[in-house]
Amino acid sequence: MNPNPPQPAAATAVAATNAIELADVTFGYNRRQPVLKGITMTIPRGKVVAIMGGSGCGKTTILRLIGGQLRQQSGTVRVGGQSVRDLSREALFALRRRIGMLFQFGALFTDMTVFENVAFPMREHTDLADPLIRDLVLMKLHAVGLRGAAQFKPSELSGGMARRVALARAVALDPMLVMYDEPFAGLDPISLGVVGQLIRKLNDALGITSVVVTHDVYESLKIVDYLYFVSAGRIIAQGTPDDVRNSTDPFVRQFVDGEPDGPVPFHYPARPYAEDLTAHAR
Amino acid sequence: MPASTVVRGMRRIGAGAINAIARCGFAARFFVAVLYHSPSAFRRLQLTAREIYFAGVLSLVVIMVSGLFVGMVLGLQGYDSLNKYGAGDSLGIFVGLSLVRELGPVVAGLLFASRAGSAITAEIGLMKTTEQLSAMEMMAVDPLARIVAPRFWGGVISMPLLAALFSVMGVFGAYLVGVRLIGVDNGTFWGNMQAGIDFWPDITNGIIKSVVFGVAVSLIAVFEGYDAKPTAEGVSAATTRTVVGGSLAILALDFVLTVFMFRGMANV
Repeated sequence: MNPNPPQPAAATAVAATNAIELADVTFGYNRRQPVLKGITMTIPRGKVVAIMGGSGCGKTTILRLIGGQLRQQSGTVRVGGQSVRDLSREALFALRRRIGMLFQFGALFTDMTVFENVAFPMREHTDLADPLIRDLVLMKLHAVGLRGAAQFKPSELSGGMARRVALARAVALDPMLVMYDEPFAGLDPISLGVVGQLIRKLNDALGITSVVVTHDVYESLKIVDYLYFVSAGRIIAQGTPDDVRNSTDPFVRQFVDGEPDGPVPFHYPARPYAEDLTAHAR
Repeated sequence: MPASTVVRGMRRIGAGAINAIARCGFAARFFVAVLYHSPSAFRRLQLTAREIYFAGVLSLVVIMVSGLFVGMVLGLQGYDSLNKYGAGDSLGIFVGLSLVRELGPVVAGLLFASRAGSAITAEIGLMKTTEQLSAMEMMAVDPLARIVAPRFWGGVISMPLLAALFSVMGVFGAYLVGVRLIGVDNGTFWGNMQAGIDFWPDITNGIIKSVVFGVAVSLIAVFEGYDAKPTAEGVSAATTRTVVGGSLAILALDFVLTVFMFRGMANV
């Protein structure tokens, strides 16, 4: 894998076929410490694309820029051909109605039942009659295998079940794009497999585009079409699952093999160990 | 003292002052934004009614029991003091004026800040911590309209009603002690109260105070929740700030309002 390869075939296609385009995006919570430094990526329609990297490397920030919750300092972020930063508040909310997002721990509304959670976007954005909303919610819950848990409160759900309910809520309005923020974090192996398969199946069945932010390499390789590796705010590698499996890039190898030390050092930068230990003696 | 220590100290004070002013500015903008989104809280009345239930109805027990005991103590203490000057029969007007003008709005406001204000802050702060507010934003639903405005108006509407109930229970408590226990004449107790308390300015001033306290405490509660750091420690600190800030705001506003109201009465 080349750290700066030519854009993937899908990415070189005409802009209209791309659901998301990021061009030379720079963002920081303050000017001195940019979180993202010149990120460029394209996510074609209908594909499942993973953004991978260690904790704190800026993966979730990319999702927040795509969703318009943050605004980049430079570069452009386009979703469905629209520059997100230039949208008015009304236009941004109109765009968000076509985007679903699954948060790391589900972010289900704790004062509502599972049914009410999935019905929430429908009630807020449509004038559908209650019987129709009921049928639609049951269909969404059936798709994630939790029709029987419709009357549960979020506090009664396991982590995996909560993630599946959040997935049903994310696709409640049949969006064009679904973003997943660490969908596999903290799940047991069975739930992990179930959530992974649901992401792939819903993407293909509903014809949507999926962006998965994760650090779970093995689960991602099973379901995604393309991967971007982010480290220290930059894209340092990208490719298809086969490219990643066969990669000799040291960062990709360290990430895939789970090596504690390598291009990403085990130790946080510090002064020499001996100097620290003998400091009190001096 | 080394110069660098002085500079560091001045820097800290300056930074603290700038942060405090910036936060006041943010709170003012937040208040305007809440008012801007308020029509939605009334268009979807069930959301505000739900918050009136949580902030108002669920505070009834603590407000009514406190009002009863405050009134009973006021009856005992008031009778003891008044009787020394042969004015024990004035207990009704003494208790009535104390409760309607001052104790009703102030004590009910303090209890409201502790019971309902802290709950509102904790709820909104936890919604932020668990990304429920972000999820709402990503679903193109503005949390200011859906979460904050109904809670703000729920508090503003509940507060005067709670203050009125506090005063009613206080008067009843004073009646129990003064008339039933001590033996003040029943007709004198109620007659003096009726003759000495006017709807304008006594009761209206009490209502104005309780509305102002309701706005202040509700605003502080929703702002602190919305601005809380999304951690357990952050929500805890925000809840504390609501109770402390809300209580101090009530006491300070009470003084300011009383000054204006007293001047108004003196000019009549």
